Amino acid sequence: MKILGIDLGTTNSALAAAEDDAAARPEPIAQVTGPGEIAARTTLPSFLLLPGELEVPAAQLQLPWSGPLRYAVGEFARDRGAELPHRLVASAKSWLCNPAIDRSAPVLPFRGAQRELERDMEGGERVSPVNAAARYLAHLRAAWDDAHPDEPAAEQEVLVTVPASFDPVARELTVVAAREAGFDRVTLLEEPQAAFYAYLAHRGDAWRRELTPGSVVLVCDIGGGTTDFSLIEIADDAGNLVLERIAVGDHILLGGDNMDLALAALVGRGVGRPLDALQQRALVHTCRRAKEQLLGDGAPDKLPIAILGRSSKLIGGTIKTEVTRAQVEAVLIDGFFPEVDADARAAQRRAGGLRELGLPYAHDPAITRHLAEFLARFGRMPTHVLFNGGVMKAPRLAARVVDRLRAWAGRDVEVLAGADPDLAVALGAAHYGQVRRGKGIRIRGGTARAYYIGIESAMPAIPGFTPPVKALCVAPQGLEEGSTVELPDDELGLVVGETSVFRFFAAAARPDVPALVTDQAGALIDADTEGVAELDPVEKLVAADADHPAGQLVPVRLEAHVTEVGTLELWCVARDGRGRWKLEYSVRERS
Amino acid sequence: MSRLFLAFLCFLRILFGKKLPPEASKFLPEPTTPALGPAPEKAPAAKPPTETRPETRPEPRPAPAEDRPRVSAAQQHRDGALALLALLQREGRLVDFLLEPLDGFSDADIGAAVRDVHRGCRKVLDQHLSLEPVMPGAEEARVAVPRGFDPAEVRLIGEARGEPPFRGTLRHHGWRVVDARLPALADGVDRAVIAPAEVEL
Repeated sequence: MKILGIDLGTTNSALAAAEDDAAARPEPIAQVTGPGEIAARTTLPSFLLLPGELEVPAAQLQLPWSGPLRYAVGEFARDRGAELPHRLVASAKSWLCNPAIDRSAPVLPFRGAQRELERDMEGGERVSPVNAAARYLAHLRAAWDDAHPDEPAAEQEVLVTVPASFDPVARELTVVAAREAGFDRVTLLEEPQAAFYAYLAHRGDAWRRELTPGSVVLVCDIGGGTTDFSLIEIADDAGNLVLERIAVGDHILLGGDNMDLALAALVGRGVGRPLDALQQRALVHTCRRAKEQLLGDGAPDKLPIAILGRSSKLIGGTIKTEVTRAQVEAVLIDGFFPEVDADARAAQRRAGGLRELGLPYAHDPAITRHLAEFLARFGRMPTHVLFNGGVMKAPRLAARVVDRLRAWAGRDVEVLAGADPDLAVALGAAHYGQVRRGKGIRIRGGTARAYYIGIESAMPAIPGFTPPVKALCVAPQGLEEGSTVELPDDELGLVVGETSVFRFFAAAARPDVPALVTDQAGALIDADTEGVAELDPVEKLVAADADHPAGQLVPVRLEAHVTEVGTLELWCVARDGRGRWKLEYSVRERS
Repeated sequence: MSRLFLAFLCFLRILFGKKLPPEASKFLPEPTTPALGPAPEKAPAAKPPTETRPETRPEPRPAPAEDRPRVSAAQQHRDGALALLALLQREGRLVDFLLEPLDGFSDADIGAAVRDVHRGCRKVLDQHLSLEPVMPGAEEARVAVPRGFDPAEVRLIGEARGEPPFRGTLRHHGWRVVDARLPALADGVDRAVIAPAEVEL
């Protein structure tokens, strides 16, 4: 049985395959690359195009293994979708962890405030964030099956990566999407850990010379749309090196695309005439290249920029301008990676009264401030940094991050040489499959956060005063896959025949909030403790049966179980032993 | 793949050859009325079932050639060449560039546009073809043409006296496509439209 590592990325997905005795290799992915053209690429852009019949004929979207299709994923979906933004699903993964919407309802392509209008729009197929993710996975599966007809993907061992910051609901939904795509059994792995596994596989045994007990590695993953930080500590356990993932940052919707847009806005202002949507897109592409060139080693002082004429009059319509290195440095290095101190904190968006539903984009563009905040929250300074994601291909941006880390730590911080940043996560996931078969060292991770169930205090009702909510820790941070914790008896009950809803919270251990550091299962803290974030509620409808007549209150105790898949399950066990019920994550829109 | 390779060669021959081979002229599209009026009525396509799930079980590959309408070899050559031209136009605007009269533009104007044309066309080459010199070695250096060389690979300029090996100056090292990864082409797509008209609404 082969091992398939799938990087289900926000902007690009990738697939790698490994065997017991063969290292992980990237797998080319056949996809529609132009109208009626199919070619293999190393990545599958995570875009889903749902065009009308008059916008893209179905014959142009057929794949070698399908008939004419009414949708496309991949390169052509992305490129043609830029001209049909109302038909394009992008960043589906960020929607998957956005509690502001019902993630199993067909809401994409998202049209914000226009949602009411578009019921009248014709033929606009909509999909749920789960279904969009399922289509990317189904495409990877079909492309693999087409290339390897004797080894169907669904019969291989499949690992799917998720952001470390994904909450239990988003992880569960990823598994649901995989099942919808025909992968009945997958294992989840956090992306920064996958990037680290790719480093381990890439370096072979040499990593044991680079990292020693006491080393702390910051995995700094800045992709197209998201930024993700994790800390991995190297420790000595009876003479053996052990790796432990000790901290996971928040899901920050900020990445290379923001930088390209910022640079394009600056250059576009210098053009002096309005650009249409396609010219704007061409300019963004040009700016991405300019970013990499002007922030590289031995960069020129300026680069000419040409935006080709849109009509068939190519030269006559060309707009010429230029971008200087000083401009790029001001916008990108100082704008996104300012020289901040270790005590800097990212600016938070003040909660407005009315805010359009949408993706919760980071309010503060300064990645170094987000990083300083992350490191301060966990009170650890890294000794090494491993970069991942396309943004770090620009050497001077990586240099600025290293420079800040050194200043904050007051000592040297070494850069680890990882694998190809576009493919590292998929390669690392496939390598993790080998590790699970006993070939290589495993990172101890477990749950990224501690999880709590909300319990309302029993208090007499007082007008204008909401009873304080206590948070009961049901799963401590670092609970490993395959383990179960049973909570001591508590005054919890399920009402038969009614949906019981429990508020659900998460918190990461923080040295500045003593209550959170050592929270073990059963600990009871205030739900409004700093650092405790509310997630979607969990709920259960217990149907009446012979043992449990409707309306009866069944006293239960809680059990938390981290599955081998990597999801968190909460169970209610009747104290009289006559029943067990799994609490379901609610993905409905929160009011 | 060899068929695509052949198509590519045919494309280059037809594009750059001095005279259009008579066989090729046959494939020129019939003069048609410009696509101004409404497109010819197509048989109403069966409405595809609304998919709530993606293709979880991929359908079997379309039946092999016997059951499908046969596409002639000539048609395939033509489609392959046109698809490559479409790629060069889409990525590098090559057709726009070649068909635009250059009179009246300064070298600087042309130069500004050419960078992008070059980058786009180069991307097509890099993505789809692996090229290497036919004859390794620095140009303008003295080289030996060995006994048993293939005259299709090495073109002799000037009079060759006696039997090989010949000694001479390498004027151009030639290019050989060692791998062609041209896109597979879906049936039922009119390749004559190498760039659709674009109408912004």
